[in-house]
Amino acid sequence: MSVISDSIVITKRQLLQLSRVPEVLIFSTIQPVMFVLLFRFVFGGSIETGQPGGYVQLLMPGIFVQTVAFTLAATASGLAEDMKKGLIDRFRSLPIARSALTIGRTLGDSLLNIVVLAVMGLTGYLVGWRPTSGLFNVALAFLFLLFFGYALSWVGIYIGLSARDARVVQNVSFLVTFPLTFLSNAFAPTTGMPRPLQYVAEWNPVSTMVAACRQLFGLENQFGATAGSFPSENPLTMSLIYMAIIMIIFVPMSVKKYKNASN
Amino acid sequence: MKSVIAENLVKTYNKGEVKALDGLSLDVEEGTVLSVLGPNGAGKTTTVRILATLLAPDSGRASVGGIDVIAHPEKVREVIGLSGQYAAVDETLTGWDNLVMFGRLYHLNKKAAIKRADELLERFSLTDSAKRPIKTYSGGMRRRLDLAASLIVQPKVLFLDEPTTGLDPRGRQEMWGVIEELVKGGVTLLLTTQYLEEADQLADDIVVIDHGKVIARGSSDSLKKEVGGERLEVVVEQSNIAKTLEIVARVSGNKPTLDEGLRKISAPVSSGSLALMEVLRSMDSDGIHPLDVGLKRPSLDDVFMSLTGHAAEVEEVKS
Repeated sequence: MSVISDSIVITKRQLLQLSRVPEVLIFSTIQPVMFVLLFRFVFGGSIETGQPGGYVQLLMPGIFVQTVAFTLAATASGLAEDMKKGLIDRFRSLPIARSALTIGRTLGDSLLNIVVLAVMGLTGYLVGWRPTSGLFNVALAFLFLLFFGYALSWVGIYIGLSARDARVVQNVSFLVTFPLTFLSNAFAPTTGMPRPLQYVAEWNPVSTMVAACRQLFGLENQFGATAGSFPSENPLTMSLIYMAIIMIIFVPMSVKKYKNASN
Repeated sequence: MKSVIAENLVKTYNKGEVKALDGLSLDVEEGTVLSVLGPNGAGKTTTVRILATLLAPDSGRASVGGIDVIAHPEKVREVIGLSGQYAAVDETLTGWDNLVMFGRLYHLNKKAAIKRADELLERFSLTDSAKRPIKTYSGGMRRRLDLAASLIVQPKVLFLDEPTTGLDPRGRQEMWGVIEELVKGGVTLLLTTQYLEEADQLADDIVVIDHGKVIARGSSDSLKKEVGGERLEVVVEQSNIAKTLEIVARVSGNKPTLDEGLRKISAPVSSGSLALMEVLRSMDSDGIHPLDVGLKRPSLDDVFMSLTGHAAEVEEVKS
């Protein structure tokens, strides 16, 4: 199938870019590592968890999810850059499947996530993170994280193709990802939030993802909101549903947007 | 046979507020070069984008290589090459990386893609810079690489959208050389430009467009004739204007125009330097001393002046 081989060429292009400008890979890894260290040592001492192993156990799933959520911004700005440079026009004038560029780009950003997650996991381990659930469940959690990043990457495609200016893309992506990651159970208990926000936090896909990862890493999800609601009882199922919804909405929308893209 | 046909293309932006194309029609005979000449915002890029399947027109028909661009865009893409106004290559990658990547996207196998990349780099004198990132290329080199990328599979029809805009004179000369080579090889080419000189140099036929419509068509010679070939310009003291106008009118056989601020009188002349001498002799015998005098080759502005009665307006239309 030429869609697949074309997509692979696009993904390879991204890897080639990384090898030509290794700084990109270095800095996209340093940032999450910095977050791990900052949260671990700045908040870790003051947030009481009662969790064996302390705050870092709860923090790591949160920070993993935050990092993969930022894939949205990476994809969006990468695509906006290609638009601006006229590369999208060139790709669209080639006899390749219309979905190849978008599939290739989202795959490439997911591959980058593998590297980033690995480095973060290692850093976490060095500062005391010890998942207790066994290799299989840990691997499953990482797979989950990659899928979540992949789904959000499609939202990034849509944003990247929609914006008229690459600078706007940065702002829009942050406007989406910041509330999403902080209005959640990722870093602190949601119980401290005003009541209405607690509900938002509880149904937030980031929260369900974090809760799912905590479960897969063998932790009790202490930062979850009101017990008894569907998302807090079934974080794994809910996360899968969210990913499916995101993909069902944004894959066709992004491909269509790409088809009609013009700068 | 006509390789490119566009009939009554209409394209509006911002819900009809901006009319980029207003019933534009043109065609290109197989194996010839057509230059679409016009100022910024005339609709050149929009025309190319429609013909290259990047944009759908609101109405009208177009075909490239005998294939309808609206009904079968995917088939059109197999027979065209497009090189845009802004160099559409990946700047972080090397020239070689880019050409191999595009080769793969044209479904050449790896070996063939590499072979083709090497050939094209050689042909466009880029072999020495093949392994350097495009970022480090000069404007001219970048355009040549962009052009190379559009020639990976021999396209039946090649579109070049303002191939030399923004290049320094040397880069422009190099680019012209490269395009002339291509033309000798028999490619069907549609090229847009803002420069009459460029159209003159490269094209068999020229269409002049303004506000999304074709306002003139012909060979560069016939267009120049229409414009009146060269223009004679003479600047005199205020007191001599009336007399000089008479002389210029008599010699050129055309009604001269007067720029009052600059005290510049000009008129199209067909006999060039002879007319210049005649005017100078007449002025001399009347005791008028010109402050400045000369012959000017027609520019795009002159073409526009003579065809539309207004100067080439430079306005950016987002396309």
